[in-house]
Amino acid sequence: MKEKKLVCGNVALSEAAIRAGCRFYFGYPITPQNEVTSYMSLRMNEVGGVFLQAESELASVNMVFGAALTGAKAMTTSSSPGISLMQEGISYLAGCELPAVIVNVMRGGPGLGNIAPSQSDYFQAVKGGGHGDYRLLVFAPSTLQEIVDYTYMAFSKAGQYRMQVMILMDGLMGQMMEPVSFPEMSESFSYRNDWALTGCKKREPRSIKSLFLEEGVLERHNKNLQKKYGEIREREILYDTFLADDADVLLTAFGFCGRLCKKAVEELRGMGIKAGLFRPITLWPFPGDVFTGLSKRSRKIFCVEMNAGQMVEDIMFYADDKNKVGFIGRTGGGIPSVSEIVKAVTGKR
Amino acid sequence: MREIYKKPEALNDNITHYCPGCGHGIAHRLIAEVIDELKIRERVIGVAPVGCAVLAYNYFNFDVAESAHGRTPAVATGIKRALPDNIVFSYQGDGDLAAIGTAEIVHAANRSENISVFFVNNTVYGMTGGQMAPTTLEGQKTLTTPSGREKGTTGSPIKVCELLSVLEGARYLYRGALSTPSNILKVKKAIKDSFQIQIAKKGFSLVEIISPCPTYWGLTPLESLQYIDNKLLKVFPLGEIKNTAR
Repeated sequence: MKEKKLVCGNVALSEAAIRAGCRFYFGYPITPQNEVTSYMSLRMNEVGGVFLQAESELASVNMVFGAALTGAKAMTTSSSPGISLMQEGISYLAGCELPAVIVNVMRGGPGLGNIAPSQSDYFQAVKGGGHGDYRLLVFAPSTLQEIVDYTYMAFSKAGQYRMQVMILMDGLMGQMMEPVSFPEMSESFSYRNDWALTGCKKREPRSIKSLFLEEGVLERHNKNLQKKYGEIREREILYDTFLADDADVLLTAFGFCGRLCKKAVEELRGMGIKAGLFRPITLWPFPGDVFTGLSKRSRKIFCVEMNAGQMVEDIMFYADDKNKVGFIGRTGGGIPSVSEIVKAVTGKR
Repeated sequence: MREIYKKPEALNDNITHYCPGCGHGIAHRLIAEVIDELKIRERVIGVAPVGCAVLAYNYFNFDVAESAHGRTPAVATGIKRALPDNIVFSYQGDGDLAAIGTAEIVHAANRSENISVFFVNNTVYGMTGGQMAPTTLEGQKTLTTPSGREKGTTGSPIKVCELLSVLEGARYLYRGALSTPSNILKVKKAIKDSFQIQIAKKGFSLVEIISPCPTYWGLTPLESLQYIDNKLLKVFPLGEIKNTAR
């Protein structure tokens, strides 16, 4: 068995990125993801990679853009207000089809908000965020081992599809500690780069751009992007269920709330209520068809989130009957307790 | 017969989209000539800005990237950090570099990022139709300063080379103008110096190129050149502003 290490979520993420071959990290400090910048500043040095503290989130995502143009494996991390600043760069990465991993360790908002855990950037992650029609492949880990596994996977998916992959987790996931085992150091340190800008030695010059002025060209480009997103919808859906097959009451949640709901399901089962959990791991593409199938068997569905109700809109969209759907949420850094969830489900105050 | 003039290999054979009398064509050609002379075409990566020169990749016969408005030095930083042996330059206008991208250029210079920056200053926003730039002269009429730029409400023209000169990391800062054959040759030498500083891994360099914009100055191409010499150079003095890369 692999050796397990006790680390916090932000360090788990950082080490997994390095083991996935990431050698270019550009970031800007913001709580609650600061362990990433400090860990990377030490560790990138050890593995011969590049750590650079940028002057802003705008600069860090554009440094990622620059490194990605050359076919390098690059990552940036931030938290909610910083991710808002990065949206311009993320849209350009999408327009130029550049592989990149972007991590949002969410905190309470809107505005400067607070530094407590939140899940209030779901819309921003899965519905757009920046301008133009584009999608991110969004992983929402629920345990620290999942942070490691999906960060490692994020780099291969980014390279495979030449797209941007977001790890979406909240401040609690970044700060809490759990034992994890890390995968082997990846042998392949960069992506395929037969499209990249490396200097035109022994080949025709290339340009990478997102400006397409000629009539119809941008529409063709966008159709190609959508075709790629369609392939991802077909192939890359991930989800987890817990006692969901015979569930009379189905809880739905992502990330940290998935863990709370698992406990709530156990308590509800103890009370004789046939409860179960459906937890999307890819928030985009959303496992809609799977959920529709599950929803048919349940009498009642509750969506539990640390926001004012964001994923619940997708849950209602994919449920066989939206009238079955209830919402349990806390905002601004509030974390639902297991007993709160159980009480809400049973209707007891 | 001896060939005394030809198109540089680093330029493509394309019809220009730039306005008659615009300086971008000359600036492109100077960069291309220097790249040929230094024999670095196959390892150059250029970063084009947002603005009139966004289509630079149509003219340059080497790898060129496009950047978000003003983020060009950050993109160039990412490229250079990933490929330190390539020669990376950013090509930026006054809006790109001196307005929306001031943070990026200041910090790239302060890190002494080993890149070359070619800053084309024509004191006006061209692509968007002739609005005020940070470098617009006092009294200069633009689409957004219809009575002329007024210092009290919109500030004075930013002198980028002087602004950056206080940063230790800014190793070479030169201001030239595309107004006379002699000035054009000096710009070419400055571009060459900038690339050679980068090749020698001596850090950040920037060449400001005062360039005519007849369309939004409301002047003929010839009057524009006279306007540079008579008006602009009184605000933007030519020459080496700083050189610690010798």
